[in-house]
Amino acid sequence: MEYEAVIGLEVHVQIKTESKIFSGSRSGYGYEPNTLVDPVVLGLPGSLPVMNKTALDGIIKAGLALNCTIPDYCKWDRKNYFYPDSPNNYQITQYDQPICDGGFVEIEMKGETRAVMGSHRKVALTRIHLENDVGKLNHFAEDSLVDYNRAFTPLMEIVSEPDMHSGAEAFAFLTAIRQTMIYCGISDCDMEKGQMRADANISVRPVGQKELGAKIELKNLNSITGVKNGIEYEIKRQTQELKKGRTMTQATWRWDADLGRTELMREKEDAHDYRYFPDPDLMPVRIDDEWRERIRCEIPELPFDKQRRFMEQYEIPYSITSVLVPDWELSEYFESAAKKAPKCAQAIGNYVTNDLLRELSESNTALSECKISPDGLLSLVEVIEKGVITKQIAKDVFIEMFNTGESATEVIERKGLKPDFDEGQVKDWCQEAVDENPRPVEDFRSGNEKALNALLGQVMKKSRGKANPQIVQGLLKELLS
Amino acid sequence: MSAELYYKSASELSGLLDRKEISSVELTQSVIDRTKAVDDLVQAFNSFDEENALAQAEESDARRKRGESLGSLDGIPVGIKDVLAVKDQPLTCSSKILADFVSPYDATCIQKLKRSGAVLWGRLNMDEFAMGSSTENSATKITGNPWKLDCIPGGSSGGSAAAVSAGEAIVSLGSDTGGSIRQPASHCGIVGLKPTYGRVSRYGLAAFASSLDQVGPMGRTVWDTAALLQSISGHDPNDSTSYRIDVPDYVQAIEQLKGRKWTFGLPKEYFENAEDTASMGPVKEAIEFYKSLGCEIKEVSLPHTAYAVATYYIVATAEASSNLARYDGIRYTHRAESFDAKDSVDIYRQSRAEGFGNEVKRRVLLGTYVLSSGYYDAYYLKAQKTRTLIRRDFEEAFRDVDALLTPTAPSPAFKRGAHSGDPLSMYLSDIYTISANLAGIPGLSVPCGYVDGLPVGLQILGKPFKEDEILAMGNEFESAHNFKNEHPSL
Repeated sequence: MEYEAVIGLEVHVQIKTESKIFSGSRSGYGYEPNTLVDPVVLGLPGSLPVMNKTALDGIIKAGLALNCTIPDYCKWDRKNYFYPDSPNNYQITQYDQPICDGGFVEIEMKGETRAVMGSHRKVALTRIHLENDVGKLNHFAEDSLVDYNRAFTPLMEIVSEPDMHSGAEAFAFLTAIRQTMIYCGISDCDMEKGQMRADANISVRPVGQKELGAKIELKNLNSITGVKNGIEYEIKRQTQELKKGRTMTQATWRWDADLGRTELMREKEDAHDYRYFPDPDLMPVRIDDEWRERIRCEIPELPFDKQRRFMEQYEIPYSITSVLVPDWELSEYFESAAKKAPKCAQAIGNYVTNDLLRELSESNTALSECKISPDGLLSLVEVIEKGVITKQIAKDVFIEMFNTGESATEVIERKGLKPDFDEGQVKDWCQEAVDENPRPVEDFRSGNEKALNALLGQVMKKSRGKANPQIVQGLLKELLS
Repeated sequence: MSAELYYKSASELSGLLDRKEISSVELTQSVIDRTKAVDDLVQAFNSFDEENALAQAEESDARRKRGESLGSLDGIPVGIKDVLAVKDQPLTCSSKILADFVSPYDATCIQKLKRSGAVLWGRLNMDEFAMGSSTENSATKITGNPWKLDCIPGGSSGGSAAAVSAGEAIVSLGSDTGGSIRQPASHCGIVGLKPTYGRVSRYGLAAFASSLDQVGPMGRTVWDTAALLQSISGHDPNDSTSYRIDVPDYVQAIEQLKGRKWTFGLPKEYFENAEDTASMGPVKEAIEFYKSLGCEIKEVSLPHTAYAVATYYIVATAEASSNLARYDGIRYTHRAESFDAKDSVDIYRQSRAEGFGNEVKRRVLLGTYVLSSGYYDAYYLKAQKTRTLIRRDFEEAFRDVDALLTPTAPSPAFKRGAHSGDPLSMYLSDIYTISANLAGIPGLSVPCGYVDGLPVGLQILGKPFKEDEILAMGNEFESAHNFKNEHPSL
């Protein structure tokens, strides 16, 4: 019998805000434990939550970017459960009236090769709601300590429909969400810092069966690759169990990335009764068209739209766009140069995705600190196009520009890289090369096109690398015809 | 003269202070001495800090000397119910679970009081987490009614009422979730006001039932109560449920509204069993008084009154079960010692078992039950719907009348222990006060006579945010009678 997996993801994303979701206390990562706290964050007697409007703006933006409906009204509920990382022993969340309804995420699967765009599809969302994050437990040999710095960080929960079928789709789903959040400036989605976290619900059923199999919730998926690996492992495990004739029961499992396997955390019987009820400390939120439209205007062009446009408008290949677009800054850098000289777009794209990225990574520099401006890069590409310098020389010019911040012309002037001869001189060198190398000349004339390279090399040598190879090739062909 | 300072009203005292006839240090010392003299009997205070109070009084005197008085409460000792956060002072809620907690911050109403120059005086006893009607549920001590020490002072703000009644504070702050200001005020022969929900910030008030709780003033005169309300009212960005609505000058309003021919309603459901209601005699006389002033008295109906107590105990306990979850033995609350905790659940269980008293446990259990899956619709949701009906009853009644007159409590203060072991009969002592919390409307209790030598209060229920009107109505009664000058003999 053939089996198929059905997967839904619950993705938590922290919203990047100055202060916390229900308190004026500062939000942040990497501070001394329990320094980003106040009476609200610590759940002191008498403290009350107050909504942070910037966090609402953030989730509305996320919802609109992910094609959700934003209802006119949403409210806050308490989810009651005891855990030491939860200051009040209840979480403020949205139970039955979330701020974002429905929606979908456009995902791209891996193409056949890196040069080919993969297939696209839409993964349906159930909802997105807003809630407060909890603190962090640190376990030691004797005891456990709680750091409440993270508590009350605004946290979105993006819930997908059971609409995926493989680890690869889950990977693509998370990648798409991450890129969208970064593009919109909602979150940096750094999973190492806990800014994005994902749990997966996985069930396996015989192909053709309508009902879903028993739901296994998979936790501790600490990276996008971890999500993919964990899901793939779990699908394999469940399929094997079913093939052995065993029945699955609803439970929560945990992915162990080091051991590369999943282990049982708890059975369904241990499920909580969260006793949800409307939070009496917070007023419901009304969202009108004006608010929705104000946020809609702040949403930038989204990654897949930008990629399609780059390919069409600048006629650059998929392989370049797939490097440029996932990095919003890099794609903006590219475009500010490319839009001034669309004909040079491919050359600019090549420089950005090869030379620029290489130099940035080798020198451990952020793009924002790069000394070559988009205009600077454009000037370099233009001197190459005009044949002022060769591509070979341009590579060195680029590195100089990168290190000093000089313009292409400045580097060329300073290092004397500009050709100090005219076309007549080049013609003379070509004649000399033909005269001095009868063997390749003969080979070329008898049909071996490659023999021209030997002559070309000679001329380049005579010009100390400064002659334009294309021009030299033309001249040589003229002489030999 | 100084010996009697503690029984003068804030209005008179602020005049004496302004004219420099007395100092705040003198006044505060008089209140401290009185407290030391009688609190062994009354037991109103969980704790107090003499030096701290005198230091505040000195600052007040210095301000007045510089001509920078902050108003009529500057230098007046105000007792604080032990449920409000005052920076660097204990905040116990009369519970063992918070026995060692010292607040690192000020409640908003406390900040406002500080800005009025008031001398914050002591921590007043209460039913644990404000759950109760007799202050017998305190884990700290049993407070006596100054009029008859073996009777209860009412509750939950029993300490706040007893202290003002006994001259251990000039005025005090209480909190009212189902009658916790008005009922003890009635029992102790003082004035108490529960403001409209949203009038006073709840920030820094340890929550019992968030949608019902309000902080409010208690005093020996309506004027004092109005001045204290003035000081603590207003929108607070730290409390989303506080209203953005202007605060009128309550003291001025009392004067301005004098002589107004009000129309009063008598809810017929409250007067149906008048012969069984021990406090009814003085209340009926008070109604006659208003008639004699030319006010109109009408019968009105609040048809859903019978459901109020049940509705209240579902909503209040549901919210309480969640609000009190934070007292878990993990951070600042009592943690059970000497046991082998296998995990955090053991810490919760044992710490809460030791830290909470029986009434608190009873309500947490009840609240947990009514919110649990499968019961939510039958209890909590139904109670919310009933609450809406009760609110509409009042809206309907207020179309025809300016305010409602009712007894504050069915009987005067009862004997200590009279209702212990029978929580339901205790719950019924709030029968006239509970609906105002469900509807969110303001209510005032003013002394209106005695039954068996114990004071009885008249309750005036007003329209939302019309505290000025009910204060003026109460003042009208008070100024025609001598109750404010009658004190218990201790």
